[in-house]
Amino acid sequence: MNVTITVNGEKTSHEVEDRTLLVHHLRDAVGLTATNIGCDTSTCGSCTVLLNGESVKSCTVLAAQVDGDEIQTLEGLTGEDGEMDAVQNAFQQKHALQCGFCTPGMVMAATSLLRENPDPTEDEIRMALKGNLCRCTGYHNIVQAILTAAEDAR
Amino acid sequence: MSILGTRVVRTEDPRLLTTGATYLEDLRLPELQGAAYATFVRSPMAHARITEIDVSAALAEPGVVAVLTARDLDDIPDRPAGAGAEPLLAGDVVRFAGEPVALVLTEEAYQGEDVAELVSVDYEELPVVVGVDQGLRDETLLFPGTDSNVVSTGGAEAFDDAAFADCEVVVERTIVNQRVAAAPLEVRATAAIWADDRMTLWVSTQNVHGVRDAVVDRLGLGKGAVRVIAPDVGGGFGAKIGADRETITVGWAARRTGRPVRWVETRNENMVGMSHGRAQVHTVTIGGSRDGRVSAYRLDIVQDCGAYIRLGTMLPNLTMLMASGVYDLPRVETAYRTVLTNTTPIAAYRGAGRPEATAAIERAMDLFAAEIGMDAAEVRRRNLVPPDKFPFTTKTGATYDTGEYAKALDTVLDAAGYEELRAEQRRRRERGDPRQLGIGVSTYVEITGGGPEAGETARLSVHTDGTVTVWTGSSPHGQGHATAWAMLVQDELGIPMDRITVRHGDTDVLTEGVGTFGSRSLQLGGTAVHNAAVEVKERARELAAEEMEADPADLVLDTENGTWTVRGVPGQGVAWAQLAERAGPDGLSADTKFATKQATFPFGAHVAVVEVDIETGVPRLVRHVTVDDAGPVVNPILAEGQRHGGIAQGAAQALYEEMAYDEYGNPVTATLMDYTFVTAAELPSFELVAMETPTSVNPLGVKGIGEAGTIGSTPAVQSAVVDALAHLGIRHIDMPATPERVWTAINEARTAQ
Repeated sequence: MNVTITVNGEKTSHEVEDRTLLVHHLRDAVGLTATNIGCDTSTCGSCTVLLNGESVKSCTVLAAQVDGDEIQTLEGLTGEDGEMDAVQNAFQQKHALQCGFCTPGMVMAATSLLRENPDPTEDEIRMALKGNLCRCTGYHNIVQAILTAAEDAR
Repeated sequence: MSILGTRVVRTEDPRLLTTGATYLEDLRLPELQGAAYATFVRSPMAHARITEIDVSAALAEPGVVAVLTARDLDDIPDRPAGAGAEPLLAGDVVRFAGEPVALVLTEEAYQGEDVAELVSVDYEELPVVVGVDQGLRDETLLFPGTDSNVVSTGGAEAFDDAAFADCEVVVERTIVNQRVAAAPLEVRATAAIWADDRMTLWVSTQNVHGVRDAVVDRLGLGKGAVRVIAPDVGGGFGAKIGADRETITVGWAARRTGRPVRWVETRNENMVGMSHGRAQVHTVTIGGSRDGRVSAYRLDIVQDCGAYIRLGTMLPNLTMLMASGVYDLPRVETAYRTVLTNTTPIAAYRGAGRPEATAAIERAMDLFAAEIGMDAAEVRRRNLVPPDKFPFTTKTGATYDTGEYAKALDTVLDAAGYEELRAEQRRRRERGDPRQLGIGVSTYVEITGGGPEAGETARLSVHTDGTVTVWTGSSPHGQGHATAWAMLVQDELGIPMDRITVRHGDTDVLTEGVGTFGSRSLQLGGTAVHNAAVEVKERARELAAEEMEADPADLVLDTENGTWTVRGVPGQGVAWAQLAERAGPDGLSADTKFATKQATFPFGAHVAVVEVDIETGVPRLVRHVTVDDAGPVVNPILAEGQRHGGIAQGAAQALYEEMAYDEYGNPVTATLMDYTFVTAAELPSFELVAMETPTSVNPLGVKGIGEAGTIGSTPAVQSAVVDALAHLGIRHIDMPATPERVWTAINEARTAQ
């Protein structure tokens, strides 16, 4: 079937197999590879993107399901000249990434959290990240980065 | 002022944060255009004879390029089929659930799973060996024709009970260091092409050179016939060392079919196919006097090897070497047996043999302390190797370079507020609080350098535009080498970091190298880079002397602005770009290799504070305080990051993680829905205290920090859970301390009272 999705503000249109997962569609057809696949069971959150502004795990959404919708990925947070937004910047400043594999999903989850709750406590951040796994950082600096991004926005 | 020791944010990050890194699955190279997608058919059985493989239905599917089985592996050298030898694809027998049996190549990725399901494999069930106890009974042999599942033994041939004869108190206990999954977020992946009689492999790996050598060896190719490239790698934790059978098989398939081939496993495959870690059973015996002095310690190790030998015969040697930990013990006995079982093979996982040693001795110390009724921290203090005894050679043959063990312990106790924690614990016990407090103390020393005699390589070139390229044989996958290595070069040459590019991971560019594992990178790879900078600097001094017609001894490098001047002569001086120009076609560069016979021994002390809900058995880590001393820190941001990640992984082993099998050898934690991977919600923020005791083993004075957090945190957290319940008479709970286990222990203790 034909699927039209607005990805990071740009309209895309592709013929897809019915069973195509959104994450594969974004990576292979749209050509945006920041979004990663880590688990296949909707557990790890590496594939987190924003669907009409809400965070979803794109490994458990079919491309066909989001026909006509808006998707934002990590690439969509980045400015024209490669400039980082507040969350991306805080992740660098606080060393909230090591291998970087969970990072795109983690940044999108953090972005979603801060839109819903601009002033989260540490506990609220930790609960909000329960669906995003990181093996490298022990989450310490990720929590610090999100606190910092929230503070910077105030 | 030197840049070393300052908090420089990572130069790697903007790329990772804006477009994302380029992991293997992200590669969109022209060479890989038209690649076939590889899908492995894996055994659903833990132990079975393959009676027939019918590929006809699979071959009839649209999009199938090839279906390959062991029978097709007729163009590679024969290997001795001894006990524990791992094939590329299973031949007559499968020995663990998840073992690759066939390889399907398809035009489209999604077709792979469809086709794999149509490969019909007939299995004849064989009796299954799960767990080391069953393996040791030798009732079922994994390799018929051998006389035992035990594939390796070492240490004392027989234990001598006389070692404990004069002890007032002797405690013995069997404890389990459970099997865990490395579970890097990026699973295993390989892409391969065969062109012009040469194989190029892209592999998600910690050591491209090791992969190259393994592929060359296994496929019988010339050393020059294989090139291995590592793109960005999404974590490894020891389980991406070397070439797994799937990687070699994918390379072979590319040659066999003449098609580029790419393979990315699923998480489910990763959980059963990638090597697991730990999986040791320890029997510890500890004896000493009631004044807290330990005089004898015995560690009897049974290592679960899994179905094939990867590192199962090597890891317990490290455990034995580090058995006595930070303690000055008069008598130490160790021995190990490695036994085959019908489970995923065991190899390195963050710490690889050393966390097991620390877990055993720290548990033993707690058991001893409980038996004599002494504070666990105090018992440790009374047995630590004192600072004036370094270098200190242990009874198991390790020579510790430098250490301040008592200082580390006192520092962490002070930072944690140990006495106040004990007072709070007493208050909760007195009032019968349903949330009891446990305080776990661990002290540790570990061995780092990961084969220091193999060393590490570097190449440094200063270009005519004044920029620098550094090639390192080290193989970063999250550690931040690009930042740290550039800091080392800036410090030595005065060329600013933003003009320095660090590259790694291509065996054609740097043909020799070792990689990143065993907490070896900074002390070996960093030193190689440092030495290359020193060499280049000395060459530059000569060139600058020529340029300025001065004596080389009078040349001074201003490392603040990167210019050479003649001492006492005012003027502009000479810049690096000019010297690179003057160096001519060979350029201003140096190739170095740094190797040393001596490993380094980082150490530290951890305090974990755990709350246990005694009505539900749920433990919760509420504080974790650490001193981790790995010598001078090049970049505190990076070192702290390593410690954070290590603490979390170690705590996760203590509380949550276990790769479990049922009695039929079915893995029951083979997805991240079943395997309790720790999340942010279960962990506190960590409290780190800095301490730096240099080593003389390398010119930077540094030791490794990559695994320390894991090694210290596991026993501290486990101990804290037990400590919370000590007043009920509980002395030990095996890891992971799940609510069920904790609740059962509480219930049994109450019933017994």
